[in-house]
Amino acid sequence: MAALDGDSDEDLVSYGTGLELLEEGERPKKPIPLQDQTVRDEKGRYKRFHGAFSGGFSAGYFNTVGSKEGWTPSSFVSSRQNRADKSVFGPEDFMDEEDLSEFGIAPKAIVTTDDFASKTKDRIREKARQLAAATAPIPGATLLDDLITPAKLSVGFELLRKMGWKEGQGIGPRVKRRPRRQKSDPGVKIYGCALPPGGSEGSEDEDDDYLPENVTFAPKDVTPVDFTPKDNVHGLAYKGLDPHQALFGTSREHVSLFSGGPEGANNLLGDVGVNKGRKLGISGQAFGVGALEEEDDDIYATETLSKYDTILKDEEPGDGLYGWTAPRQYKNQKESEKELRYVGKILDGFSLASKPLSSKKIYPPPELPRDYRPVHYFRPVVAANSENSHLLQVLSESAGKPTHDPGTHSRHQLNASKRGELLGESPIQGAPTSVLEFLSEKDKERLREMKQATDLKAAQLKARSLAQNASSSRPQPSSPDVGHCSWHMALSGGTAPVRASNFKPFAKDPEKQKRYEEFLVNVKQGQKDALECCLDPSMTEWERRRERDEFSQAALLYVSSHSTLSSRFTHAKMEDDSEQVEVPRDQENDVSDKQSAVKMKLFGKLTRDTFEWHPDKLLCKRFNVPDPYPSSTLVGLPRVKRDKYSVFNFLTVPETASSPATQASSEKVPQHRGPDKSRKPSRWDTSKQEKKEDSISEFLSLARSKVGPPKQESSPLVNKEEEHTTESVSNKVNKGVDSQTEGEGSRPSMDLFKAIFASSSDEKSSSSEDEQGDSEDDQEGTREADFRGSQEADVVETSSVAQASEPAPQEPSPFFPIQKIQIDEREEFGPRLPPVFCPNARQKLEAPLKEKHKKNKEKHKTKKEHRRKKEKKKKHRKHKHKGKQKNKKSEKSSSSESTNSSDSQSDEEGAADLSPQELLRRLKRLPLRRQ
Amino acid sequence: MEDNNKVTPKRGFPGQKAPVQATVRWRGREGGAMAFPEPKPRGPELPRKLLKTLDCGQRAVRAVRFNVDGNYCLTCGSDKTLKLWSPLRGTLLRTYSGHGYEVLDAAGSFDNSSLCSGGGDKAVVLWDVASGQVVRKFRGHAGKVNTVQFNEEATVILSGSIDSTIRCWDCRSRRPEPIQTLDEAKDGISSVKVSDHEVLAGSVDGRVRRYDLRMGQLFSDYVGSPITCTCFSRDGQCTLVSSLDSTLRLLDKDTGELLGEYTGHKNQEYKLDCCLSERDTHVVSCSEDGKVFFWDLVEGALALALPVGPSVVQSLAYHPTEPCLLTAMGGSIQCWREETYKAEDGTG
Repeated sequence: MAALDGDSDEDLVSYGTGLELLEEGERPKKPIPLQDQTVRDEKGRYKRFHGAFSGGFSAGYFNTVGSKEGWTPSSFVSSRQNRADKSVFGPEDFMDEEDLSEFGIAPKAIVTTDDFASKTKDRIREKARQLAAATAPIPGATLLDDLITPAKLSVGFELLRKMGWKEGQGIGPRVKRRPRRQKSDPGVKIYGCALPPGGSEGSEDEDDDYLPENVTFAPKDVTPVDFTPKDNVHGLAYKGLDPHQALFGTSREHVSLFSGGPEGANNLLGDVGVNKGRKLGISGQAFGVGALEEEDDDIYATETLSKYDTILKDEEPGDGLYGWTAPRQYKNQKESEKELRYVGKILDGFSLASKPLSSKKIYPPPELPRDYRPVHYFRPVVAANSENSHLLQVLSESAGKPTHDPGTHSRHQLNASKRGELLGESPIQGAPTSVLEFLSEKDKERLREMKQATDLKAAQLKARSLAQNASSSRPQPSSPDVGHCSWHMALSGGTAPVRASNFKPFAKDPEKQKRYEEFLVNVKQGQKDALECCLDPSMTEWERRRERDEFSQAALLYVSSHSTLSSRFTHAKMEDDSEQVEVPRDQENDVSDKQSAVKMKLFGKLTRDTFEWHPDKLLCKRFNVPDPYPSSTLVGLPRVKRDKYSVFNFLTVPETASSPATQASSEKVPQHRGPDKSRKPSRWDTSKQEKKEDSISEFLSLARSKVGPPKQESSPLVNKEEEHTTESVSNKVNKGVDSQTEGEGSRPSMDLFKAIFASSSDEKSSSSEDEQGDSEDDQEGTREADFRGSQEADVVETSSVAQASEPAPQEPSPFFPIQKIQIDEREEFGPRLPPVFCPNARQKLEAPLKEKHKKNKEKHKTKKEHRRKKEKKKKHRKHKHKGKQKNKKSEKSSSSESTNSSDSQSDEEGAADLSPQELLRRLKRLPLRRQ
Repeated sequence: MEDNNKVTPKRGFPGQKAPVQATVRWRGREGGAMAFPEPKPRGPELPRKLLKTLDCGQRAVRAVRFNVDGNYCLTCGSDKTLKLWSPLRGTLLRTYSGHGYEVLDAAGSFDNSSLCSGGGDKAVVLWDVASGQVVRKFRGHAGKVNTVQFNEEATVILSGSIDSTIRCWDCRSRRPEPIQTLDEAKDGISSVKVSDHEVLAGSVDGRVRRYDLRMGQLFSDYVGSPITCTCFSRDGQCTLVSSLDSTLRLLDKDTGELLGEYTGHKNQEYKLDCCLSERDTHVVSCSEDGKVFFWDLVEGALALALPVGPSVVQSLAYHPTEPCLLTAMGGSIQCWREETYKAEDGTG
């Protein structure tokens, strides 16, 4: 070893095996080629590094069992005398001998088990120790050490270690101490015996120059007085050379039981270890100062008197860690702590604590993120006012506790606030004194009402004569004059306006909100022209009307929900996120001004809405277009969150739904479109309106029941103008309502029928075709006589009538967006497809079936067709009815077809079960009817 | 549909020799005004002459569409089939069957390699032209698919349905959901047209919506009456809108202003097609009284009312470059050419 040979002048640390010195004239040895650098085991077999069982080398014969000859089975031993006794194989039987060796997985040699092995030393160190013990100049030292090493660590030792104690440290609170002085004397080399303990560290001035910083150290270890008998012939406190230090020089924290001495004595070898980079020489007490050493003044430990107590006194209470040499400052700290005292009043029955309370560690609450929005908020805490005291009283009375005069408290009946008062503290502001204060104003009111009600009941029981008075005094909405509008009535009753002021439906538009509030106040005061006086005079007539509608809707809606529901429900404690729904931020503006613009042919700005629209990234990619909003993840129209069930999501859209007056005007629009613009297009108009109201909340649209869809019902060939003029508006309305309400339930059931029967037809023709043909054929049969005229007229008529009589497009049932899914194939929402009619198809054999049906007199029907027709007639009552009615009124103008279709629909409705959608729809319609 | 003539066909349809001559001539006329000076500038001729009537044999023909170069046409039948024709020769090239209900609209890709169609079975089908096989079937619409369009590179199919949504289906990836669903319409979509960066959609709610992908904006023009058909003008500056008030309107694409109004025909209940002639000179529309109406685009005067038959002209398609018109009435389609047209002139 380089460290061992000669004097160590150069500060080098050498790793590995040094090269042998070349001698003169000697040829340098050929290096062993790589392939020859092999590892062999004790039997001369190659060991290949492998990673398997024993130390990573291959086992067995090339990782197989046995030898080169192969695996040798255990020889067969059986005879008459010695029957094959079942030899039980243990794991060892399948192991190689390497595994059983010292380093194998199952060493056979006797080793200390883990239970008995000292845990303080790791294996390598142990090994080093053994090695060193053999080579040590004085062999007995480490052996002795080993012998005395406790076989097992005590429990206390373990516990301490688990508490964070480390070997070499003392036990107790961390203390301030000067950092270990780095005494660096590079020139000084110490050989031989180490300095006596304390010589290097424990100097005279140890006590007085403490560092002011808050650096704390673990207390020094105190070694108990060593009572080991001296059984050797070495001098007192002699220690042999520590091979650890000498050979490896790594650990100065090594603790051995023999490294005795007071503080700092664990550093056995004094300064040697401090100079880390130095080549270590041999040092120990066994050796004296080397001949080459100049410095020999330190060979013996210098003891200072300061290490010893000169005065006899008590030990520090609590910790005896410092023994006699406890630093002075430590004591001073203790003293100063005691001087903190509580100065103030002390309640009788209490005394000042002699020991201060151990202060609890307070963990600061986590810092809120900057964008944190607290969802849950408390309502403003109500200060104790008259109401509260009233409530308190009520509660305490109900609990049967007499209230105490504040003057006569006994000590045990004091509550915290009163004690605080006695102690002269200022009361904590805003802290609620009872649960009741957490109740909202409204809830308290309710409580009070309840109490009043119970009181009243009690009174009624007591005296029947008082009943009348009681009932009259019961809280009850004052009935206003009936002449007012309904919303006025609803508003003026109840407590709604009070609360409604918190309810800001038009918060987006502050001015509008202001007007709305003003409106509410006016309404509350019972003014009839509440709205007119608060509306903006600069607004147009149209805007006024619109706003009036909005306000009344808002007020009405709010009131109804408030007064009826609030008595049954309490507020949710947590705000529900699902209450919100995403709606497009920008709505397409209302239609009526656009309609007028269209009427005036003022296309352009008036009819155009422009929205920010985000195409999907992939779509842009596919279109080879750069993403217009590369940073946004949004797709489609920007959306905002609104209340899910709020009317105000939709208030801007249904212009036609606002009032009958607007409805009338909007109805006129298409009618004055010129001669070409007949009433027919309103079929689409109505479907459009329907659609709008579908997507809008349906119950909102009051006018829906008023918007007659009568325009849609006439066939195109009827004299529309005439019908238009003759039919009174009210008539229309009624009809519209009827057909609407009655037709609603029929759709699903009819679809069901269609789906079942139409699809069962096994022809190659499509089912829709069949149905179309069917309906046509039904009508055709009845109408044949009338429409025998010119073929052209016949054709057109048939087709149009057939289309018109299709129930689907005429009663577009109000769909909610969800229900869109259930659109049947037969329902037509858009412009219809032209009728199927091929003039020359009649001659063909493959001609559409309906043609045959039409001309069923001259054409012979195939059996199949006949059967199917029968089937349909049987199962589709609709068709029968239609046929009958057609028969009845075949002479009548087809203007009555609306009633016809609605009749047939209602027929079906009776037959069919109500679908849940229908029920829902009806339910939703209920409040509408009220109007 | 037939306005997509910017890309010359790469592949011909099967069973038909490539019309080299015609292609070259068209290309020269439209693309290369400098390279090939116009030999004889023909005045705008209207297809007045009935060249052929094809009985498609697929019940009612719901739509007739030219392919990208106008050599072939597609007819959408109510017998669930889609047929590919050479209209001038009158030959049926292929029948595509696979829809579960009547086919309502179809379109061909720019390279003639694939077709898309949509129908009453709520499905959008991507077809391989040559093999006639269904390549993909996109399901997701909640209602009949009224209209389908490829985008310019045939990587996306846009389909408009009566469920009031336009869905953009990806032809490249295998994902079953649309790339994006344009659900701004309040009612069924009756017509969708696609330019290189725009999607034009007419809806029954009376609005024409133009989604500009490049600008990331949606322009919504209120027309009032339910829209039956919309199309871009070939110069891309205007949109033609037909609605159920028997009026066609020519709107400025950028401002939405009304440039022209065309009336006289009858379109009050059916979804009828309209288009512009091959050089944007005339506005063409179907009518319910069995005629096809031609208006002068600028003057707005009725130029021609072409009587087709007794019934409703259901659909029409205008050749992208020639004065050639296809109309569909009942179960047959008619091919119309200009008066001066010689039969041997064009094979395609």
